[in-house]
Amino acid sequence: MENIRYDLISALPEMILLGMAMLVLIADLFLKQSNRIAIYGLSQFALLMAAYVTFTTHAPGVGYAFSGTFVDDAMSDVLKLMIYFGTSLIFVYTRQYIQLRDMYRGEFYALVLFSVVGMMIMVSGQSMLTLYIGLELLSLSLYALVALDRDNARATEAAMKYFVLGALASGMLLYGMSMVYGMTGSLNISDINHALMNSPGVHSVMILGLVFIVAGLAFKLGAVPFQMWVPDVYEGSPTAMTMLISSVPKLAAFAFVIRLLVQALPTMAADWQQMLVIMAVLSIIIGNVTAIAQTNLKRMLAYSTISHIGFVLFGFMSASINGFTSALFYIASYVLMTLAGFGIILMLSRKGFEAEKLDDLKGLNQRSPWSAFLMLIVMFSMAGVPPTLGFYAKFAVLQAALQAGFLWLVVFAVLMAVIGAFYYLRVIKMMYFDEPQDQHLIQAPMDMRVVLSINAFALLVIGLMPQGLMSLCGYAIARSLN
Amino acid sequence: MLEYFFQHILSFAIWLPVAAGVAVLFTANDSKPNATRWLALIGSIASFLVTIPLYTHFNFADGGFQFQERFLWIATFNIHYHLGADGIAVPLILLTSFTTVIVVLSAWEVIEKRVAQYMASFLIMSGLMIGVFSALDAIFYYVFWEAMLIPMFLVIGIWGGPNRVYATVKFFLYTLLGSLLMLVAFIYMYHQTGSFAITDYYQMPMPLNVQVLIFLAFFAAFAVKIPMWPVHTWLPDAHVEAPTGGSVVLAAIALKLGGYSFLRFAMPIAPDAAHYLSHFMIALSLIAIVYIALVALVQKDMKKLIAYSSISHMGFVTLGFFIFNNLGLEGAIVQMVSHGFISAAMFLCVGVLYDRVHSRQIEAYGGVANTMPAFAAFAVLFAMANSGLPGTSGFVGEFMVILGAIQANFWYAFLASFTLIFGAAYTLWMVKRVFYGEVANENVAALKDLNKREFLILAILAVLVLALGIYPQPLTEMTNATVTQLLSHLAHSKLPAGL
Repeated sequence: MENIRYDLISALPEMILLGMAMLVLIADLFLKQSNRIAIYGLSQFALLMAAYVTFTTHAPGVGYAFSGTFVDDAMSDVLKLMIYFGTSLIFVYTRQYIQLRDMYRGEFYALVLFSVVGMMIMVSGQSMLTLYIGLELLSLSLYALVALDRDNARATEAAMKYFVLGALASGMLLYGMSMVYGMTGSLNISDINHALMNSPGVHSVMILGLVFIVAGLAFKLGAVPFQMWVPDVYEGSPTAMTMLISSVPKLAAFAFVIRLLVQALPTMAADWQQMLVIMAVLSIIIGNVTAIAQTNLKRMLAYSTISHIGFVLFGFMSASINGFTSALFYIASYVLMTLAGFGIILMLSRKGFEAEKLDDLKGLNQRSPWSAFLMLIVMFSMAGVPPTLGFYAKFAVLQAALQAGFLWLVVFAVLMAVIGAFYYLRVIKMMYFDEPQDQHLIQAPMDMRVVLSINAFALLVIGLMPQGLMSLCGYAIARSLN
Repeated sequence: MLEYFFQHILSFAIWLPVAAGVAVLFTANDSKPNATRWLALIGSIASFLVTIPLYTHFNFADGGFQFQERFLWIATFNIHYHLGADGIAVPLILLTSFTTVIVVLSAWEVIEKRVAQYMASFLIMSGLMIGVFSALDAIFYYVFWEAMLIPMFLVIGIWGGPNRVYATVKFFLYTLLGSLLMLVAFIYMYHQTGSFAITDYYQMPMPLNVQVLIFLAFFAAFAVKIPMWPVHTWLPDAHVEAPTGGSVVLAAIALKLGGYSFLRFAMPIAPDAAHYLSHFMIALSLIAIVYIALVALVQKDMKKLIAYSSISHMGFVTLGFFIFNNLGLEGAIVQMVSHGFISAAMFLCVGVLYDRVHSRQIEAYGGVANTMPAFAAFAVLFAMANSGLPGTSGFVGEFMVILGAIQANFWYAFLASFTLIFGAAYTLWMVKRVFYGEVANENVAALKDLNKREFLILAILAVLVLALGIYPQPLTEMTNATVTQLLSHLAHSKLPAGL
C-alpha cells in the first residue's frame, strides 16, 4: 500500500498534466471561439499546478517508483520545473500568432501538454522502455503540432520529413536498446549498470548497441552527422512550433542522454566519449560555417542550434560531474535564449506575414528600439559575449572540457565561436545599421511584451549574477549522479 | 556616507557612468535632444569627479593595489568581484573618465540622429573601460574587456562613415578572436591554481614552454588591441569609419587597454617567456615605429594618417615595455597618457574640419589658417606634440623610451629615434598641406572659426599637453613605485625549481 502511494505521489505531476490535457480537449468542445481564452488559462493553470506539486513533493534523495521504472530525483524535478516554465512562456508568446492563423484551438494546447508529459516521462524514466515511451509521446505530439495548420503545404512537408526521420531515429534507438537488453538481460538503468560492472571487458555487441543508441540520441538532439532534418523542419514549421521544437525538448533530451549514457553505461564512457568528441567537433564546424550562408532567419537559428548542441556535447564528453553540470547549464541558458529569440520573431509576424527572412529585421532599431535592444541581447548572448548569459554557458563547458584535457579542442571551439559571432553580428547589423524596408507597426499583446522583455533581460541579469542558475544545475547533477 | 564612498570608490567610478548611460537612454527623443545632452554631460562630469580622489588619496609610496574591494561573485568557479588600482591603472582611469567628458562635449550639436543612444554608448563604455583598468579577477576583467566591444561596435556601425559595417565587424571579430584565446589561458591557469585571482597567477611557477604558450595567448589578445604590426589592419579601417567620438575613444583609451594589459597580465604572469620573446616583441615594435611611420607618410586621408601615427606611437609603448628597465617602462606609461591627449586632440581637429566640409581628404583643404586662425593655432600645437617637440607631452614619453633603449642596446634607440624624423615629416607635411598656402577652394573660404564649445575642448587639451610636457612629475611620481615593483617581479624567474 505504501508503495502504491509513493508511486502515485512521484508521478502526480504527470498525472495532473495528463488529466488537464484531457480536460482541455473536452472543454474545447463546449466553448465558442470568443471564449477560447479559457483554454489558454486552463493550460497555464495546468502547468502551474504541476509546478506546485513538483516543487512541494521534492525530496533531496533519489526515489524509485513503479518497480524501479520511474525515478524521482533532484535532476528530474529541476528539469521538470524548467520544462513547465519554458512551456508557459511558449503559451504566452504563441497566443497571438496562432490566433491570427486559425490554430487557436484546443488541439494546440492539448498536444503541447501531451508533449510536456512526454518530456516529463523522458526526464523521469528509469527503464529504457519508459524512456522510449516518453520520447514517442513527445515526438508524436510534435509531428502533429507541425502539421496542425492543415492547408499549409510547407508545414505538412516539414511534418512529413520530421516524422519519417524521427521514426528512423526511434528505430535505431530501439535497436540499440534491444542489443543492450540482450547482453545485460535488463531494461532497468541501474540493473544494466550493475550487470556491466560485474562483467569484465566490453562485448562487441555492446559496442554495436552503443553506436545505435548514440546515433538515435544524436538524431533527437540534432548533432552532426544526424542534423539533416533540423534546418528543414525549423524552416517549414509554423514559427510557433519551431519555437517549441527548438527549446524545451532539449531539456528532456539532456535527461535522456544522462540516463542512457551516464547512468546506464558509465562503464563504456571511454567508448561513447570518443563518439561524442567527433559529433561535438563536427556540429560546431557545420553549424557555424553553414549558418553564415543562410538568408532565412529560422534556418540560421537551426544551424545555430546545431552549433549550440556541439557545445553541449563538449560538456558531455568531459564525462565528469563538472562536465554534466556545465552541459545542463548550457542547455538551460540555450532554452532561455531561444525562447526570447523566437519570441521576438513571433512578435514581428502579423496576419498574413511571416517574419522569417533576415531582411525582415532590417532597421528594427528605428521601427522599435526596444525590440531591437531585446534582440541585441539575445544575439550577443548566443554569440557568447559577456556580460550575457551565453558567455557563462560557453565558459562553463569550455572549462569542463579543458579540465578533461581537451586543450586543443577547446582552442578549436573558440576559433569556431568567432565564426559564429559573425552571423549573430550580421543580425545586429541588419537591425541597427540598415534602413527599415517595412514600416508596419509592431503589435503584440501587453502580457507578451512584458514577459518577453523580462525573458530577454534575464539573459543580461543572469549574466551579471549567474550563481543562482549555476547552483541549481550543480544541485540537480550532484544529487542525482554519484 | 563619505567613508562608504571612499571604500567603494572604484565601484562608483565604474557604475556611475554606466548608470548615467542607462538613464540617458530613457530620455531618448530626437526632437528635443537638449535634455539628453545635458544629462549626458552632467553624468560624465560627475563620473570624472568621482575618479579625482583616486589621485588625491593615492599613496605614492605603495607600489601595490590600492582602493581594493573584494567579495565572492560566482562561487562555483571561485570568481570574485575584485577591484584595485595601482600606479599604472590610476592615470589611465583618470584619462578614461576625462576623455568621456570631452567626447560628450564634442558630440554636442554634431550628432543629431539617435542622440541618446550615442551618448549612452560612450558613458557605458567609459564605465566598462574603467572596469578593465581596475579588475583584479581574470574573469571579471574579461567580462569588462569583451563587454566594451558591444558599445564600440554599435558606435562605429550606427554613426560611422560609408564603409562602417565592414570596419566595425572587422574590429569586433579581430578583437574577439584574440580575447577568446586569452580566455583559454585563464581557464588553464584556473585549473592549475583553483583561482581566477590575478595575484595568484603572479605567484604561480610554470615551465618555460607553458609560459610561452600563455604569453602567446595574451599576445593574441593584446597585440590586436594595441595594435602591433602585423595585426594592426583593423585600426585604420575602424578609425576612418568611426564618428569623431568613436575615434577619440579608440585612440585615447581602447589602445591603452592593450598596453595596460601587457603590464597587468602577460609580463608578470609569464616573465620568463617575456624575456625569452623580448627580441621578437622589440622587433615588432621597431617595425611599427619605422615602417608604419613611412606608411603614414603616404596617406591621403587625415584620419588614416593619424591612425597610422597612433600605431607607430604605440610601438614606442611596447618597445618601452620589453627593454625591461625603469626609464623605458615609465616612459611607455607617460607615452600612453600623452598619446591619449594628443591623439584625442588630433581626431577632434579632424572632426572640426569634417563637420564643416564633410571631407577627410587632405587635398580637399588648403590655406585653412587664413579662415580659421584660432583653430590653426591649436592644430599646429597638437601636430608639434604629435611629432615630439620638446615642451609638449609627446616629447617626454618618447625621450624616456629612447634613453631606456640606449641602456639596453644602442641600435634599438638608433632605429626608434627615426620616428622623430618621420613623425615630424608626416605630421608637419599634413599641416602644411591643410593649413598653409593660399585658400584652396570655396569650401575653405566659407569656413567659420571655432565656436565656444570647440574652443573650450581644444583649449583644455592644449593645456594638458603642455602641462604634461613641461612638468610630467606628478605622473611619473605616481607610477614610480609600481614600476619599480613590477621590474623586480619581472627579474625573478618563475620557472619551477630544478629546471
